[in-house]
Amino acid sequence: MERVHRRLTRASAPYWQVAPLALVFAVFFLVPLALTVVVSVWRYNEYSMTPALVGSNYAAVFSGCVAELPSLCLTFKTYLSTLRLCACVWLVTLVLGFTVAYFLAFHVRSLTAQMVLFLVCTIPFWTSNVIRMISWVPLLGRNGLVNSFLHSAGLTGAPVEWLLFSNFSVIVAFVHLYTMFMIVPIFNSMSRIDRALLEAARDAGASGWQTLWNVVVPLSKPGIVIGSIFVVTIVIGDYVTIGVMGGQQIASVGKVIQVQLSYLQFPLAAANAVVLLAVVLAIIWTMTRLVDIRAEL
Amino acid sequence: MREGRPAVFFWLAAVFGLFILFLYGPIITIVVLSFQGPSGGLTFPMNGLSAHWFSRLWGGLGVVDIWAAFGRSLRLGLTVMALTVVISVPAGYAFRRGFRGASAVFYTTVASLIVPSIIVSLGIGVQFRLLDDAIRWAAEATGMAAVAEGFTTSAGMFTSGLGAHLTWTLPFGLLIMFAVFNRFDPRYEEAARDLGATSGQTVRHVVLPLIAPSLVGIGLFGFTLSWDEVARSSQAFGSDQNTLPLELTGLTTTITNPEIYALGTVTTGVSFLVIVVSLLLIHALRRRPARGESGGGAARR
Repeated sequence: MERVHRRLTRASAPYWQVAPLALVFAVFFLVPLALTVVVSVWRYNEYSMTPALVGSNYAAVFSGCVAELPSLCLTFKTYLSTLRLCACVWLVTLVLGFTVAYFLAFHVRSLTAQMVLFLVCTIPFWTSNVIRMISWVPLLGRNGLVNSFLHSAGLTGAPVEWLLFSNFSVIVAFVHLYTMFMIVPIFNSMSRIDRALLEAARDAGASGWQTLWNVVVPLSKPGIVIGSIFVVTIVIGDYVTIGVMGGQQIASVGKVIQVQLSYLQFPLAAANAVVLLAVVLAIIWTMTRLVDIRAEL
Repeated sequence: MREGRPAVFFWLAAVFGLFILFLYGPIITIVVLSFQGPSGGLTFPMNGLSAHWFSRLWGGLGVVDIWAAFGRSLRLGLTVMALTVVISVPAGYAFRRGFRGASAVFYTTVASLIVPSIIVSLGIGVQFRLLDDAIRWAAEATGMAAVAEGFTTSAGMFTSGLGAHLTWTLPFGLLIMFAVFNRFDPRYEEAARDLGATSGQTVRHVVLPLIAPSLVGIGLFGFTLSWDEVARSSQAFGSDQNTLPLELTGLTTTITNPEIYALGTVTTGVSFLVIVVSLLLIHALRRRPARGESGGGAARR
């Protein structure tokens, strides 16, 4: 009897072990997502939302998008500029993250040094993003270090205005904040590469670049894809970085949703969120065709 | 050791060095600038050296009760830290053993990490708004008009806010547990079982002490991610319950003196303190001689 009881609790153990986690995600992630979809077809006024099944919120999101073609409607324009921003940030973080990971994985020989340098790269991730954004102000501002350097070097007459509160500063901040998300998975993939493969490539007469391009890059692909998913999904839905570093002047998909929320237009914001979610899922779906995430952990 | 480095090493080392400068340079700048003299501004040059802006910060920042926000963030961060560890570890166990629906839970976890924070925040905001309506309606329907009158909202720091933060910290916790158990040698457990340990004893005296450094790591993620969270919190906290980073984000548009740098220095100081303590603890736990007796394991959760 005792035995049977023990075996039963053993068999059920994983279920109660995972229950708290599953419960948190059900209550604070799945239900809210479902409610977002539901509310996106509700009616609303300044005070309240009323259950309904109307497409007016989606019509508002896409208003003029078909009629005004070939010129772009507001939503398409916003998506286009957000995606362009995504592409810029993705490219810079990928090249930079790959280079840093490559240096750590293949050129730092002692394991301790590798660990220490890796930690040095990750520590800022545990500090405040907003502070790390603000910290660019004394550097990029009108009277900032970069401008005073350019001025004293005689390179510019007047202060350069596009350094801060511009697309430039937004990209700088994103690269500053999120290159870590590229470094970690790429480094993880690279440290699994068998060094004998590199030697084999060299012995077979491959140049350094050929080895890099034909051996290291393909074998780092899982890390590259995971890092890319992180960076792209963070940038596409962002409104904090774009807000602070863009001086609240630059439009983005996340910013649109945030502004609608501040006016308590929940159903409209929800419709925008559903569209954004669909775009994000499409991007992730495309990327995960390229790699099996689960096998990489 | 000195067999000669290829030229490319020095190029890469230079890139790496510049990257580190890029990572740390700005934050060092604002730490330095937060010690501006009383007449100093937001940029260089330094007009003297003082703790003036810290003493102004100590006195509070006008309408914003910054120290209340500080306290709230600290309490919430510690709660999130504890819950992240306590929830992630058994979940990691469950995934190791396998269960029906494992991949659904796994993909939900990953989704929680990569669905844009503004959507999660919006969803939680809507959820608690609807919950409030339901509570008010139920109170009126059952004749408790006084309750309906006095009721404001169910959203708050330890309801919606805590939930929002957990959707962000738990994925990190679970992924770390995956990494831990992928590298864990099951022979330690087999040996414990062979020596007659029950499964509870094996967990407490063998597994937990061995994975203790990683548990500290999960706690580190739990606290720091909560301490700095903005995007998910925006819709998930009651309006008078803002956390420190939320107040800070608001202040970026209104404050035009080094007080904000002083605040930045203080928050970053807290983060660094937590990071250093965690890393030292991890280091100490790793170096700890592998003793056979139970004392070492029982002292930790």
